[in-house]
Amino acid sequence: MRRALAFVMFLLVIPGSAAAQSRGRDLFVQGCSSCHGFGAHGVPGVGPDLHGVGEEAADFYLRTGRMPLDVATGEQPLREKPAYSERGIRAIVAYIGSLGGPRVPKVEPDAGNLSQGQRAFTTYCAGCHQIMGEGGVVTGAAPPDLEQATPTQVAEAVRVGPYVMPAFDSREIDQRTLNSIALYVRDVVQKPPNRGGWGIGNIGPVPEGMIAWLLAGGVLVLVVRVIGERMER
Amino acid sequence: MRGAPRLLPRHRAPRWAELAVAWALILAAAAAAGFIAVYALDADTQWLGLLLGGAFALLAAGSIVTAKALVPQEKKEQERESLDHDAEDLDVTVYVQEAGEGITRSRLLKGAAGAAGLTVLGALLVPLASCGPLLDVEQLRRMAWRRGRRLVDENGRPLIADEIAIGSMTPAFAEGVDRERLDASLIVVRLRPDELRLPPQRADWAPRGILAYSKICTHAGCAVSMLRYPLFAPKAPSPALVCPCHYSTFDPARAGKVIFGPAGRPLPQLPLSIGENGELFAAGRMSGPVGPSWWGVERG
Amino acid sequence: MIYRLVRYLDTRTGQSPLLKKLMRYVFPDHWSFMLGEIALYCFVVLVATGIYLTFFFEPSTHRVVYQGEYSPLRGQTMSEAYRSVLDLSFRTKAGLLMRQTHHWAADVFLVAITLHVLRVFFTGAFRRPRELTYFAGVLMLALALFEGFAGYSLGDDLLSGMGLAIAYSVVMSIPFVGANLALLIWHGPFPGTDQFFSRLYIAHVLLVPVAIGVLLTFHLVSIAFTHHSQFRGSREREDNVVGVPAWPGYTFRTLGLAFATAGVLFLLGGLVQINPVWQWGPFEPSQSTNGAQPDWYLGWLIGALRLMPNWEPHIGSYTLIPNAFWGGAVFPLIVFTFLFFWPAIERRITGDDGIHHLLDRPRDAPWRTAVGVGFFTWVGMIFFAGSSDRVFVEMNISYESQIHVYQVLVFVIPFVAAFIAKRWCEGLLRRELHPLRTPGGGPVRRSASGGFERLRR
Repeated sequence: MRRALAFVMFLLVIPGSAAAQSRGRDLFVQGCSSCHGFGAHGVPGVGPDLHGVGEEAADFYLRTGRMPLDVATGEQPLREKPAYSERGIRAIVAYIGSLGGPRVPKVEPDAGNLSQGQRAFTTYCAGCHQIMGEGGVVTGAAPPDLEQATPTQVAEAVRVGPYVMPAFDSREIDQRTLNSIALYVRDVVQKPPNRGGWGIGNIGPVPEGMIAWLLAGGVLVLVVRVIGERMER
Repeated sequence: MRGAPRLLPRHRAPRWAELAVAWALILAAAAAAGFIAVYALDADTQWLGLLLGGAFALLAAGSIVTAKALVPQEKKEQERESLDHDAEDLDVTVYVQEAGEGITRSRLLKGAAGAAGLTVLGALLVPLASCGPLLDVEQLRRMAWRRGRRLVDENGRPLIADEIAIGSMTPAFAEGVDRERLDASLIVVRLRPDELRLPPQRADWAPRGILAYSKICTHAGCAVSMLRYPLFAPKAPSPALVCPCHYSTFDPARAGKVIFGPAGRPLPQLPLSIGENGELFAAGRMSGPVGPSWWGVERG
Repeated sequence: MIYRLVRYLDTRTGQSPLLKKLMRYVFPDHWSFMLGEIALYCFVVLVATGIYLTFFFEPSTHRVVYQGEYSPLRGQTMSEAYRSVLDLSFRTKAGLLMRQTHHWAADVFLVAITLHVLRVFFTGAFRRPRELTYFAGVLMLALALFEGFAGYSLGDDLLSGMGLAIAYSVVMSIPFVGANLALLIWHGPFPGTDQFFSRLYIAHVLLVPVAIGVLLTFHLVSIAFTHHSQFRGSREREDNVVGVPAWPGYTFRTLGLAFATAGVLFLLGGLVQINPVWQWGPFEPSQSTNGAQPDWYLGWLIGALRLMPNWEPHIGSYTLIPNAFWGGAVFPLIVFTFLFFWPAIERRITGDDGIHHLLDRPRDAPWRTAVGVGFFTWVGMIFFAGSSDRVFVEMNISYESQIHVYQVLVFVIPFVAAFIAKRWCEGLLRRELHPLRTPGGGPVRRSASGGFERLRR
């Protein structure tokens, strides 16, 4: 009985996923093939071969709106509103997945350890993304802030290494560490512990200096102008 | 005071000013009392700051209104006393000169006094040299890495060559050495063997394309914690190790050459070898001194 | 009752004549003369809050494992110093308020000093007989810069630790003796030993504050001796002082400013977060973060360090000028040399060695204003270059191209600014002498019928 049920489920899934893949292929040909080639084998100097990149990469790039590329090839893709609907994304992801490569990575922030995440984030991520995930600079690129990154997107980026980001596979950042990093992004980066009041961007002395000059300096100069006299004309 | 002559101009404080100052003081008192209450309860930082700061701001308002309206308004003129007292200056000079009039061997005494002064001062300052190994610059040349030393991660686990993927970066340390030492830390990256452009004498320094460089920037000592590695190489920036302090950019494929930024020396490279169980070992010493440049730092 | 108190004190000290003189001492009351006072009151807040902090801070690099309430750091190893700052921020009532007020006070202290220095420079207040006052001021500026840096480095967090590594590198870069000096100060190669930390601590809480206190006292006393300078006016002359007497007028004015300063600082201290060290994590020499900056008043130095091309002249095996020396030492040396020697330079150029109690308006000394504008524009541009990476993040202008552009503009713009400043001053002066002759206009003539016509030149 159970085997029959499983067989029925199997039959239902195949056409479903096949339909998704075929729809995905259509969308791909429409919107992606100009840079990635009709067969997704890539166009030299324009767009990479997508065989072997897997659902993992496709899901990342499409959900963060980095693909379709809005800038010139070679420039840094930026996060935007996704160009496709949820169904469209699933379809394209299924199609790219069918070309081989890793699935969408599993990640469970709640199974991670926040302190381990803080440590791992400092070691692997803070150099580019800044310790509070506010984004930063490397010569040639601007590692983005992580305000909108979902745990899955964090995991995908860590594994894929988009644009000029290093790619860390599970031998270097294992599942537990990945969970912890995602937890840190969710619970610290995206909910900054601003015990001291207005966080002014969580990037340290630059906005602090602006407040010291414009707010404190401005108010105190105003005060002395009230107290003191002005020059005779 | 009764009977005492009048000294300040007559002044009548306007009513609004008196009320304003009174209110300012009362509200300041309330705010300060509020501060004490909040402190006793949960001491929330924002409320504490608002109340204490507010109390001071109210006191400020009260003081300023007092200054501008409550007390007599005066614009006074005063004569500037001369700062020129030539007669006294002369007297002072004469006092000094006449005190020494009886001395005949003044040059001898001045010389001796000078010598004594300098040396005693020197003697008092010399113990400051105990603050550190002032003369022992050799300490800057000590090396945590030598042939056979194993690479470990920050938990002390040995680094395995197979666990390092192309296009990734891992920090590493010298086994058994204090991790805080500048000369102990490394950043390990892996490039495709065809990407390497090492000089001939370093041809075997990067087994399987795994490269190890000092993690400490040669410009001003910050940790080089950024790896730039393109996913799609054409037109994207080439692989580089970048320091987040002043953006010194080093080329890991070209022996740590400086390709942008203010660093004056390339990033020192450590030759690697892979042991029997795939563990990474240092195959020799660092190619150059670690950390920022100084007068006697070895170049090249 | 007041009389009884005064009698009591006077019969035991004999100082009523002095007190009376002080009470009627006259203060010229232009608003820009109070900028230095803002700095003074910031210093008072710094000392008061600083003393409070010393009751809780643990100046030790001894390693401990954190088990406190900030969970992202629980279980991590850190110095006692860093832990004591975390505990002060999270566990001690009003601890975070005091810490933040102290840090804001430091930032605003330097804002006030900067404004004050600019006012003194552009009005020629450093001229005879006020040179000593001025030198004390320049020294205090240098001490304040060091003091602020030392203060926030005591926290041993990731951000300030990176700053200490850079400071070490700058000391190392001093020709001939740099390495020796660095080993001396740090008690060995970086990161040094616990003793370095003890030295930093005692410098910050005792040595430098006392030095600033002594210089400040001298500064204020010498102002009193020379009487404050003043702007020219209907009653103001070289041989008098016109203004508000100390009592009652100036007392309440300055009290108002003191309270306002304390008010602003405590409001900021409670409401606007500053230096949230728990977010940075503890310092380790092998770690760093992007976006690390020194406090604002050292931004000119990070700008210089980032802008310098990678020149590191060496002869044989000796490095004459390690790169960090240019931006970290030569540049501030130039700035302080300029500040220190400017009175003498101006005397030499103008040939004016006379006493000046009347101040110039900036327009009254067009070439001093021009040189000052040029010089401070130079420093200012380098300062802004120091945060050009954030400009890249916000406005997507490539970092490398910003640096290259700055490297050129930093020498072009100051001259342009100086030129414009000079012309502006001269134009303003001209307009004062000839109110009807605006820069764009010309002489006019009124005709018999009542209209005006432009006279053609």
